[in-house]
Amino acid sequence: MVRYQRWLQAGAFYFLVAITGSLLPGTYYVTLLNLIGLHIIIVLGLNLLMGYAGQISLGHAAFFGLGAYTSAILTTTYKVDPVLGLLAGLLLSGLVAVVVGIPALKLKGYYLAMATLGFGIIVAIAFQQMDWLTGGPSGFMGIPPFRLLGWSFKTPTTGFFFVWTVVGLILFLSLNIVDSRIGRALRAIHDSETAALAMGVDAQRLKLLIFVVSALYASLAGSLLAHTTNFIAPSSFGFMFSIKLVTMVVVGGMASIWGSLLGAAVLTILPELLAVFHDLEVVIFGLILMVVMIFLPRGLVRGLLDLWEFRQRKQQGR
Amino acid sequence: MDPPALLTLKDVGISFGGLQAVKQVSFQVQEGQIKALIGPNGAGKTTLFNLITGMLTPDQGEILFHRQAIQGLPPFQIAARGISRTFQIVQLFGHMTVVENVMVGRHIRTRAGLLAAALRLPWSRREEAAIRAQSLEWLAFVGLQARADDYAANLPLGHQRLLEIARALATDPKLLLLDEPAAGLDMTETERLKDLIFAIREKEISVLLVEHDMSLTMEVADEIVVLDHGELLAEGPPREIQRHPAVIAAYLGRDWEK
Repeated sequence: MVRYQRWLQAGAFYFLVAITGSLLPGTYYVTLLNLIGLHIIIVLGLNLLMGYAGQISLGHAAFFGLGAYTSAILTTTYKVDPVLGLLAGLLLSGLVAVVVGIPALKLKGYYLAMATLGFGIIVAIAFQQMDWLTGGPSGFMGIPPFRLLGWSFKTPTTGFFFVWTVVGLILFLSLNIVDSRIGRALRAIHDSETAALAMGVDAQRLKLLIFVVSALYASLAGSLLAHTTNFIAPSSFGFMFSIKLVTMVVVGGMASIWGSLLGAAVLTILPELLAVFHDLEVVIFGLILMVVMIFLPRGLVRGLLDLWEFRQRKQQGR
Repeated sequence: MDPPALLTLKDVGISFGGLQAVKQVSFQVQEGQIKALIGPNGAGKTTLFNLITGMLTPDQGEILFHRQAIQGLPPFQIAARGISRTFQIVQLFGHMTVVENVMVGRHIRTRAGLLAAALRLPWSRREEAAIRAQSLEWLAFVGLQARADDYAANLPLGHQRLLEIARALATDPKLLLLDEPAAGLDMTETERLKDLIFAIREKEISVLLVEHDMSLTMEVADEIVVLDHGELLAEGPPREIQRHPAVIAAYLGRDWEK
């Protein structure tokens, strides 16, 4: 049973994707679902870093942007194959993550938050100011769709299948990482770094490793964004988006892979529903973050489960 | 000639600001020995543990393990060489289950990396199964197998101390440092701890312990080292230590004999 569990999960996941993809009406929903998929990829990585290893990052939008711009510039300006563009993005983001991570991850708590925040802001400014390369504040247009082995993902629906295939893959990798020697060591660092060190866990190296992994996830999502929307602008990769990502992790539930799916979905749909209150978006996100942290500190999934179990017990008691 | 010592401290010292917390301490732990470190509060016992395990780096002196210098190495490398420890204030992974805590102890003896784990390679799955099996054995060794799937934070203190020992043993140490293992234990638990320490020695693991429970210390230790104000005051078998005038003075005050 347990042995085939992953295959069953994978089967169910892709069955759902196939059904949804073929039934969805209109471009609007497809585009929204694609965005959710991309957010899920980033949030899964960020949750490995925050929820499991216990290290915060307020700069992950920067890696999303690095991936997006590398893909955009290479494939549009230099006509490079999208696959190579994506790989170049991963390489660049990975290198940047190592360079930023080595000093930053020596810091803890607020100081780490500040360091990553600063990094995110610097990168966002670079996207704005280097307009000869990035197109500046008005954005980067005309990015070609992704091509792979002769397939071209031109329409939103084909884009949907592509994005969600990748989501499934990343989900599979993440579940495996969490459920392994490495995932266990990360959780140990989170609970007591002193004890983890004494047990022989090289905490510094592992923190860096997972920081790089989360940067790669974000970069991958960025490349996919560039190719599915064909247009990117620096405003998508700023400080506000980093905060949104953290909110998605917290709302879904720290150290909960399935929670990440829900957190990313809910907080991607919510702004669409609240489009009327556009100016208040920041306030509403802040409010959600506060309410969840106070009333559902373990996130939406765990919180709702607790509530349900409490109900069950109460009914049985009577 | 003496057999080569497992652990040798040579004139080890460290100061924090102006305070010399440990001053020119030298002693050895032999293979298969149970050695106790005693002394009044603030004598530098836990500091010495932190020096041996790499949490702190000595300002002076040398620490040799298997005749190789280990001072200044990061803690995880010292753990890899075969020194493990428990903590005076319990440092468990509270959000993890009891068996998972012990499994972390196997980390240094296993090798599945990120890629092998992410792809669930067959050998990494076999390794994972072996880690679990060995960890359950160590839990059985300390008598906690029934609590394997409980969260570590939910255990009573006595069990938490046993779990720390199981976790430390899972790293396959040659030397185990126990920092006040009996603190907070009742009499039956202390009695069981005594048997456990002897059972650990049976597995050819040397033990260095800090303990305030004198009856336990006198019973289990082959040799005792007495520290006072960071300095080595006396060293010898329990009987000698009990009668040592400097030790009596340090514990009971200098005017005791009058």
